[in-house]
Amino acid sequence: MSRSFRDIFEQYDWDQIQRRIAETTSTDVLSALAKKKRQLTDFLALLSPAAKPFLEQMAYLSQNLTQQRFGKNIQLYAPLYLSNECQNICTYCGFSMDNKIRRRTLSDAEILLEARALRTMGFQHVLLVSGEANHTVNTPYFLNALQLIAPIFPQLSIEVQPLETDDYKALHEAKVNAVLVYQETYHREVYKNYHPKGKKSNFHYRLDTPDRIGRAGIHKIGLGVLLGLEDWRVDSFFNALHIDYLQRTYWKTKYAVSFPRLRPAEGVAPPNFSMDDADLLQLICAYRLWNPDLELSLSTREHAIFRDHVIPLGITSMSAASKTNPGGYVVEPTSLEQFEISDERPVAAIVDRIRQLGYQPVWKDWHPQFAGN
Amino acid sequence: MINKLKIADRTFDSRLFLGTGKFGSPEDMEEAIKVSETQMVTVALKRIDMETNTDEILDRIPADRIQLLPNTSGARTANEAVLAAKLAQEAMETNWIKLEIHPDPKYLLPDPIETLRACEELAKEGFVVLPYIHADPVLCKRLEDAGTAAVMPLGSPIGSNQGLKTIDFLEIIIEQSSVPVIIDAGIGAPSDAAKAMELGADAVLVNTAIATAVYPAEAARAFALSVIAGRIAYESGLRKSMAQATPSSPLTHFLNQPYGHE
Repeated sequence: MSRSFRDIFEQYDWDQIQRRIAETTSTDVLSALAKKKRQLTDFLALLSPAAKPFLEQMAYLSQNLTQQRFGKNIQLYAPLYLSNECQNICTYCGFSMDNKIRRRTLSDAEILLEARALRTMGFQHVLLVSGEANHTVNTPYFLNALQLIAPIFPQLSIEVQPLETDDYKALHEAKVNAVLVYQETYHREVYKNYHPKGKKSNFHYRLDTPDRIGRAGIHKIGLGVLLGLEDWRVDSFFNALHIDYLQRTYWKTKYAVSFPRLRPAEGVAPPNFSMDDADLLQLICAYRLWNPDLELSLSTREHAIFRDHVIPLGITSMSAASKTNPGGYVVEPTSLEQFEISDERPVAAIVDRIRQLGYQPVWKDWHPQFAGN
Repeated sequence: MINKLKIADRTFDSRLFLGTGKFGSPEDMEEAIKVSETQMVTVALKRIDMETNTDEILDRIPADRIQLLPNTSGARTANEAVLAAKLAQEAMETNWIKLEIHPDPKYLLPDPIETLRACEELAKEGFVVLPYIHADPVLCKRLEDAGTAAVMPLGSPIGSNQGLKTIDFLEIIIEQSSVPVIIDAGIGAPSDAAKAMELGADAVLVNTAIATAVYPAEAARAFALSVIAGRIAYESGLRKSMAQATPSSPLTHFLNQPYGHE
């Protein structure tokens, strides 16, 4: 059995990390800020409450590091929801099996309709998304979908249920650039409560997923925690620990972090842990200061005003004009969304705003020829 | 008047080459290219829109006076880079290619083994190959054997603006090279560019320092001037600085004295 993140994860204790974050002093923060290269312990200091008074300085450093590494560019993409069928119960999700909503899995013709609509809006990078329905929405289904839309989009990413290494190899050969999988929370017990039923209830299988993606040679792995399920500071530390391990192990792979902050959805209780805008900005800056080459992505879950303000502060990639329901762009725009969109502006308005801020919207930063060789 | 630079069959008046990434807008890029008076710019194949006939980067590069240098950024292996070079040839109608194979997405450091392999294959197929490499003098000679048109050793990691960290090895490369030496990465300030030119580099390639400056066009102008100054200094036969002053010769003075004359 080869090494996996689990070996490292087992050495850490949630409560101990939580205590260390609480006990961080402004001296620790200053020391982290002064460094040229920062370690995980610095990341921990920078996301602690003790770093709050230094947020302006963090934002300044984050802006500089991001511009140096990524330039004044913002990558744009859109999600394409393939299916809301799901055999998991996730208490926070609109697609949870126990939610009585109409289920739909897009047919070939519907996938093409949605894809062409997105292409017309200008997108060249799409993120395919599904729930977890392994009998119908599985690797053969994804490969078929990828084959259908490959002539339309040069850059393809996918965010679906955890798969096996061979499945990821097949996706790689089908020219997938990035695979996204969020642990949701690294708190084992709490994870069980939020995911009582379905394949997703297996915490460790999910935890091992980025290792399987890495072994398959996928070019980019996206990670994240669902901010609001548990203490976001502790969860984010574990997420960074995970990235740190992956970056050492699968060194040819790029890493991206998303910041899904829990928002209200139909049939779902409000989040247990709140994270305000200053917290989220602090987290974005902490990631940037710790790891200057991470791609940091912000979705339309976030409000337009917040999104506009953080464009120059560390973010490198954004979705725009998203629909989070299968068929949401043209096939069936009125169906229920997975989560509520907060930034509802059309693509043109978002692109204009990015330009006004002195940044260049980038539609494509990948060539399919680079995958599967 | 400084000597012209010749790479493959093309001569260049300007010894400053530009990258096209990281600019805040295509207009900023266009202006920087214009002001710098560069005659070669590199463009990442992965950023080019191959579907339509218009591209917001390519449309702003005057092809009549500027050599397009497509690059293979994003490739992790020789195979991927060779495929990319062929696609770039089709898309940008040039057989010039900047070979960039950096499997490590963190520091974007070039893979010497894959780069040499790709260079061998592409040179055989008639490409004008300009490989981005570490400042490795032996690799440079191996690339020459493989038919490279120039070598592009790094001064420090791409985008780091750290200047010429590899200076001792750059000097060896310049001393030994029979193809043009273009310092490619890490040049953060006009003084770094001038220094590289004073050492005898044939050209420098700058991107991040110009693209991310508050006023990119002004930065481009500063780099253009510094490259010219550095080159003139090199051609002027500037004296090397000495570690200490050399006094008139008290140690060897006796050599000028006839014997028997005290």
